[in-house]
Parts: sequence; C-alpha cells; structure tokens
Amino acid sequence: MRALDFAYMWDLVPVLLGYVPLTLFMALVGMFFALILASVMAVERVFRVPVLDVFVRLFISFFRGTPLLVQLFLFYFGLPQVLAFLTTIDGVTATIMGLTLHFSAYMAESIRAAILGVDRSQWEAAQAVGMTQTQMMLQIILPQAARVAAPTLVNYFIDMIKGTSLAFTLGVTELMGATQKEAAGSFLYFEAFLVVAAIYWIMVEALSFAQRHLETYLNKAYAR
Amino acid sequence: MTSHAGISINGLNKSFGETSVLKDISLDIAPGERVVVIGPSGTGKSTLLRCLNYLDRPDSGTIRVGDLTVNPAKASRSDILALRRRTSFVFQNYALFANKTARQNITQALITVKGQSKADAQARADEILRETGLADKADSYPAALSGGQQQRVGIGRAMALDADLMLFDEPTSALDPEWVGEVLDLMRRVAEKRQTMLIVTHEMQFAREIADRIIFMSDGQIVEQGTPEKLLETPEDPRTQAFLRRVAKTGS
Repeated sequence: MRALDFAYMWDLVPVLLGYVPLTLFMALVGMFFALILASVMAVERVFRVPVLDVFVRLFISFFRGTPLLVQLFLFYFGLPQVLAFLTTIDGVTATIMGLTLHFSAYMAESIRAAILGVDRSQWEAAQAVGMTQTQMMLQIILPQAARVAAPTLVNYFIDMIKGTSLAFTLGVTELMGATQKEAAGSFLYFEAFLVVAAIYWIMVEALSFAQRHLETYLNKAYAR
Repeated sequence: MTSHAGISINGLNKSFGETSVLKDISLDIAPGERVVVIGPSGTGKSTLLRCLNYLDRPDSGTIRVGDLTVNPAKASRSDILALRRRTSFVFQNYALFANKTARQNITQALITVKGQSKADAQARADEILRETGLADKADSYPAALSGGQQQRVGIGRAMALDADLMLFDEPTSALDPEWVGEVLDLMRRVAEKRQTMLIVTHEMQFAREIADRIIFMSDGQIVEQGTPEKLLETPEDPRTQAFLRRVAKTGS
C-alpha cells in the first residue's frame, strides 16, 4: 500500500472543475427537454389519445427497456449511417438526446401517476367553472401533480447528472473523460477517480439542498 | 344583476351500468326562481345537478338555457363548455383549487374563462370576499381555511361567474355543525338577489325560507313539487309524506 498523493489531488481539482459546466450543461438541457416531453407523454397517457397512445407506450417501453449506453451508441454511431442528412452527430448532442429520451420515458410514468393522484374534485371544479381541458391541465392539475412528482423528478435529475459521464464513451472530453486522460498521464488512477467522485458527490449534494427548498416552495399552499 | 335566461330540462335520463338513476326528468326553472330539491339519499338528486352541467353526461334528454340547447346524442365539446359557462356549481366537498389562494380561486375562471383583465378580476374577487366576510382570508390557501370558510369561498367562486343557473349540491352536508349557519346565511344573501338557484339540501328550515318551489325526488323521478307551504305541509304522495315524517323525527 502506498500513501495518497494529496498534492496531485489538490492540483487536479481546479483542472477537473473546469469540466463541470459542460456536465451541468448536458444535464440541464437534457432535463429541460425531458420534462417537456415527459409531461406531454404523461398527459397523453392519462387521456389515452387513440393511435398516439400506441406510439407513446412503445416509446416508453423501448427507452425504459434498453440500457442508456446502448441508446447513446445507437444515436452516435448508428443514426448517421441511416439518416443521410446526418453525416455526423457530435457527442454532446447525442448525449443530450439520449438523456432526454431515456429519462423522459421514466419521468412520464412518474408524472402520469402524479396526475392520476390529483383529487377528482380538482378536475370537476375546473370543468364546472368552464375551463377547457388545456386550461385545466396547465393551471390546476399539472401544478398539483408537480408537487407530488417533484421528489422523484429530482432523483431522475441526479441520475441524469451522473449519466452525463457516459458521454465519455462517445469521445466527449467531459468530467469523466478529462479524469481518464489525467489519470492516464499520471498513472495515479485512484487519486484521480477519487477526486472526480467527490466532485459528482458534491454536485448531487448541492442539488439535494436545492430540492429541500423546492419542496418547501411547492408545499406552501398546503401548510396549515 | 344582468338579465338571465330560464332553464328548461326535458326528458333527462341517466343510468350507471344497470342502475337507472334519473328517469325521464323534465323541469322548467324561471329566471330568478329558487328551487330546492329534497328526497331520500341515493335518489338521483346530485346526479340531476351533475347532469345539468355535464359533470355526468346524461344518456338522453335535452337541457336548454336561453338559446343554447344541449342534447347528449350530439353534444360537442364546445356545447358542453358553453353549458358549463352558463351554470355554476357549488360542491359538497367545496372542491376549492388546492394550489390557489382564496382570491385566486375566484379570479381563476374570471381570467381564464371570461377573459377579464387581472385587475378587473381581482377587484371583483375582493368585492366578493368582502361580501362573504372573508376579506382578511384573501391570500390564504384552502388548507388553512375552516370548512365553513372554504365553502364560502366555493360559493363566492360560483357567484363571480354570474351564471344563468347556480347549482348547489348539498353545500352544508360535509360541514361541521358549527359552520352550517354561516354558509346558509351566505346562500340566503345570494337568494335575495334573485339569482336562479337549484339547491339540493337536507336543511328543511332553510328550504322553507328561501325556496319559491320545492321538488321531492324519489327513485330517480320527480314525485311532486309545489310551494314550500304546500309541499311541506300538505304533501299528496305517500312517499313524500313518509320522507317528511322521517326527516321530522331526526330533527333536521
């Protein structure tokens, strides 16, 4: 057993922190589109729009049923071979696409469950005052479902942040890829990956802190 | 109060599975008339109200409000929306929007459905909150209000819509006894404005006070109807007589 090279670790921190913005960028953009896509699919699943429902169910089944890594390879290596206009697709785009589609499938199911959990009286009251279905969903049902779904959705976001590390397999030099390169140069694998693990961990902890504030905000209407 | 249309219900039927809940109900309500529906539990009183704004879609029969006629055989989504926009509904369980404050519960439909400006809607909401004695609760969420306060907001929300017909589905049945009085008081004030009202209630004294006409329903049918004096004091049908005897005994 050898001693840890703390000086090396210390010097590595600022180098790796430089890649945090790219990681957060992929996760945030992915989360943004995944939330929209998941909400649309969840509402569709609740109303079971004919024909569309078959496609949405197939979509959810596929993206939940196959590994994220397989999906990323499919987009990055596979798509340019079948779609003529896509001569290449860059790794960041492929990662964001993969994260969006993969996590939207999971999130759609959570949001659907949350929508169905909104009390019947809320739907009826919205109908009784003459709201259209769109108004009812946007103003009454989805905001209430958001409160129920929030903890689960934040969990998926945490998963998504960690999932960005797979971009490394598409040749993107993001946090994980950069660590790999640094370690390969110094041969101090343990130190390098320990530092990157700490960086991921701290990001997730910061998010958990934000989650508590989000939940307080979403619960403000329900405090007695 | 602006002039309101009368309501005409013709041959309304509704079944849930094998059970026929409404059997050929026909009823005309004049503008400004206050009609109370009484009868044993499970005789379709609530279903009648819920069919009138299509929270439950009738199987057959027409509902006419002014120049709008809605027939379940061919009612489109926009017909149903139009019908709902000419009626308002007060729920037994209040059904306030849980994510909205008392004021927002009232402004919500004024803004999204009636297209009023936020300022106009808020002014109207504050007026109604004063009228319902809840001015100091404007920014409270339903979870922080008592049952009586929630139901007053529920009535305020319905008042704001200025509907041709206000429907009340047992508005005091879910309330603790201590809150019943304040809700009935508010309904009395609504009635004094000659708002057209159709009320399902078990509050007989209240019905006698405010109703122009009382309808007795049993087994999905209108058994008999008349002025409060006539129906409550000299009922003709044995089923009405039996019901009133039962109610008198339990003292409600």
